[in-house]
Amino acid sequence: MKPWQRALIPLVLFLVVAGFLFKGLFLNPKEIPSPLLGKPAPAFSLPRLDNAEIQFSPKEMLGQVWLLNAWASWCPSCVDEHPVLVAFSKANIAPVVGLDYKDTQADAQRWLDKGGNPYVVTVMDTDGRVGIDYGVYGVPETYVIDKKGMIAYKQTGPVTEEALRDTIIPLVKKLQSEVNQ
Amino acid sequence: MMIKNHLVRFILALFFLQITLTSAQEAQPLRENNAVEAQVQRLSEELRCLVCQNQTLADSHAGLAEDLKQEIREMANKGMSDQAIIDYLVARYGDFVRYRPPLNATTYLLWLGPFVLLIGGVAGLFLMLRRRQKVQVDTTLSEEEVRRVEAILASDKES
Amino acid sequence: MIPEIGHFSLILALLVALLLGSLPIIGAARGNAAWMSLAKPLSRVQFLLIGFAFVCLAYAFATKDYSVLYVASNSNSKLPLAFRIAAVWGGHEGSLLLWALILSIWTVAVSLFSKHLPDDMRARILGVMGIISVGFLLFMLMVSNPFERLIPAAIDGRDLNPLLQDPGMIFHPPMLYMGYVGFSVAFAFAIAALLGGQLDAAWARWSRPWTTLAWVFLTLGIMAGSNWAYYELGWGGWWFWDAVENASFMPWLVGTALIHSLAVTEKRGSFKAWTVLLAICAFSLSLLGTFLVRSGVLTSVHAFATDPRRGVFILAFLIVVIGGSLALFAWRAPTVGRGGKFDVVSRESFLLANNVLLAVAATSVLLGTLYPLFVDALGYGKISVGPPYFDAVFAPLMAPALFLMGIGPIARWKEAPLPELAKRLRWALGISIALAIILPMMLGNFTPWIGFGLFLAFWVLATSVELIYQRLRLSNLPLLASIRSNSRSWWGMVIAHLGIAVFTFGVTIVKGYESEIAVKMAPGEVAHLAGYDFTFDGVREVQGPNYEASIGQIHVSKNGVLRTILEPQKRFYTVTNMPMTEAGISPHLIHDLYASLGEPLENGAWSVRIYHKPLVEWIWFGCLMMGFGGILALTDKRYRVKNRNKSIEHLDSKVTAVTSEVKA
Repeated sequence: MKPWQRALIPLVLFLVVAGFLFKGLFLNPKEIPSPLLGKPAPAFSLPRLDNAEIQFSPKEMLGQVWLLNAWASWCPSCVDEHPVLVAFSKANIAPVVGLDYKDTQADAQRWLDKGGNPYVVTVMDTDGRVGIDYGVYGVPETYVIDKKGMIAYKQTGPVTEEALRDTIIPLVKKLQSEVNQ
Repeated sequence: MMIKNHLVRFILALFFLQITLTSAQEAQPLRENNAVEAQVQRLSEELRCLVCQNQTLADSHAGLAEDLKQEIREMANKGMSDQAIIDYLVARYGDFVRYRPPLNATTYLLWLGPFVLLIGGVAGLFLMLRRRQKVQVDTTLSEEEVRRVEAILASDKES
Repeated sequence: MIPEIGHFSLILALLVALLLGSLPIIGAARGNAAWMSLAKPLSRVQFLLIGFAFVCLAYAFATKDYSVLYVASNSNSKLPLAFRIAAVWGGHEGSLLLWALILSIWTVAVSLFSKHLPDDMRARILGVMGIISVGFLLFMLMVSNPFERLIPAAIDGRDLNPLLQDPGMIFHPPMLYMGYVGFSVAFAFAIAALLGGQLDAAWARWSRPWTTLAWVFLTLGIMAGSNWAYYELGWGGWWFWDAVENASFMPWLVGTALIHSLAVTEKRGSFKAWTVLLAICAFSLSLLGTFLVRSGVLTSVHAFATDPRRGVFILAFLIVVIGGSLALFAWRAPTVGRGGKFDVVSRESFLLANNVLLAVAATSVLLGTLYPLFVDALGYGKISVGPPYFDAVFAPLMAPALFLMGIGPIARWKEAPLPELAKRLRWALGISIALAIILPMMLGNFTPWIGFGLFLAFWVLATSVELIYQRLRLSNLPLLASIRSNSRSWWGMVIAHLGIAVFTFGVTIVKGYESEIAVKMAPGEVAHLAGYDFTFDGVREVQGPNYEASIGQIHVSKNGVLRTILEPQKRFYTVTNMPMTEAGISPHLIHDLYASLGEPLENGAWSVRIYHKPLVEWIWFGCLMMGFGGILALTDKRYRVKNRNKSIEHLDSKVTAVTSEVKA
């Protein structure tokens, strides 16, 4: 290699790194992709909020496309997403199941009474174990689960109207049109 | 004020010291099983707290960190190996949770790069030194140049 | 009013910096003496203006002016004055002002201590530093104004992060910035040399003291940060390979390589291009660190609040400065001559091997730090690279460097025959291996890592002892005289190398032999660790200026004799609602006893963690020795201004004249 070519190596390497740094400005290093995409939604059996005697399990939702929304009454971002979910549930596109993460029954009920209840059923994950099974690391997080019980998509952070419009609703419609074998 | 505090503390310490010598109550360990705790600690230092700004589970007191440490403790109590516990968490959170990246196609450059660089650097240095030796000639001044240098240095004495 | 005056002062400073960054450099290119001579006065005016702006901001903090947004975000009326002043650099905008201030201090220092430099060189150096200053001032004025007003003013501030409310905050950032920013001087020297085409041994001699001084500050700054983390964070860790820590460590590694490389270039005129490249890289890594801390690209406990606009600006600045300097290097470096001849085995080649090892180490740290970003940017998901990786990779890379540290100073310049080296070193080698096996056996636990670490530490110690012994013995003078007969530069090197040995001892022993227990302690209960008895005396509640504290008391005795009292605290800061632990530490040369409170349990009991950390203070003591060695080397008589008389300065310029004559 000629001397002048060697002398250019540092500059070239720097520009490559600078390119990555530029790309990095538009990424979010704290957002963790879910390793559960395309895998079966983890099984669980948790008491319902409305009646703690009865247990709910995802098996009951097989054959439908549904959303699992992890939320908590102590979570500030959940307040932002709540009206969006309420509107979504009124549109009757797909049922939403609430996973009440590390919360108390009293607080959760009060919160739903105040803001409205978008959930067909809410289950109590008091110690957060089911959340860990689903890879929840910070509520709110929402999963789209297909008819076969596989996780098709995970929304980290609040469900916004853009997310609904651009990603979730089209995906739900697509999954619903799939014929169950 | 400070002297009084020191004196009070010293007297208190001696008091308790006397009690210690006579009827010391042994402090109980926070957790029962030492081997299990050692495993939990070891794994906590390898795993990332997902809600923190770059901290291990061991260093963090965040809610999720405590929950995960508790899960690890229960798995350790069941006798699961280090790798099994790590696999359990990776299945749920992905490779992000490991502070020691796995060795796979994505991370070959990471794990092997430094050593390749080291060997390459040392080899490159060695070859360059050898080549340099062959090319290098001791630069000595010619007669003319020596005279010029002496003239310049002599002009210094005059000033 | 004062904040506006401060803001205006910064605007003026920017104008001055623009002039400083352009006129002298153009003047040097054209031989215009008038423009070149503007550099000195412009540097001084810039310093006064930025200094004044800094004082205005400090004033706003001191007088609790919450109409300034930055003050309202980082201060509080209950915050003690010392921390209110330190809070000036507690956030992003203020720390940038500190950066700019320190850069202006270094610039003015260069303008004061550069009488022996040729005019065009001085003009270019100050000009380059002016250009960098323009970047920071522009950044502040455009997207990070520390004087931005908050209307309506806040009633009280949001308080400084409790983690920062500590004496460490007063020393660590300024010291660190003096180091980081100080490498801009070496950088400016390098760019000036490339621009002027005067890349020679004289350039290396001139830039060496500046580089060493910056290195000393950086060493002490990193040490201060590590020690602060140790006693502040509550679990006795002292290095976490966090992105921002790495961002300060990489310039240190390259700076160390640079100091050694400058020695070769000064002595033998060799490897000038490589030395210049190192100077550019050291400062480039400082700038990269500035980017990483403020752009949000990497997650870090040290990161400031982020904003993509800021990231884009800094990146553009990086591309201009670093890209420009590397382009200049690519253009000018191939034309630089080779320099003196030396053997494949000689002191020069050992120094260069040190360079290669340190450069590879710095590159590895960079690789590990940026790798998650690379993987994510290429769409391969998210991974984490943390302490397990760095510990596994870094130590093996540094081991050869430590080994060479024993050989290099003993090797002769130009040629160092291997048999001669082997003969001189075999005693040291034998002792090191022996002690590395015996000591762990005596301490009760031997593992390969402990043995290896101890071997390297003993090796550096033994070879240094051998070096000193031979030097002193050879001189045939009485002891004091023979000590003085060796230059301070030489003693500085020896002490700095011994500092590394002390550091290595500390790290190896503490990692190999530290122990801890986690216990529930009710008042009167006793726990045992490492032969000591720790008795819990209970907790008392204390009201601090802006916090409530539970201060525990644990008295420590051995064989019934009271040794010391530990006072770990659990604080709750009332403004930010943040809990904090302060460890109770009893530091000693041989070990630290360290206690931290966990949670309160029933009946007045608390969960407590107690640690025994042997030789942990050696880690920072070793760094102090390194810093001291550097300072000693700086006071070498060849740099002392008083000793410089007219004939020496004349000789300097004669040497330059002769060299260029010979080249022609």
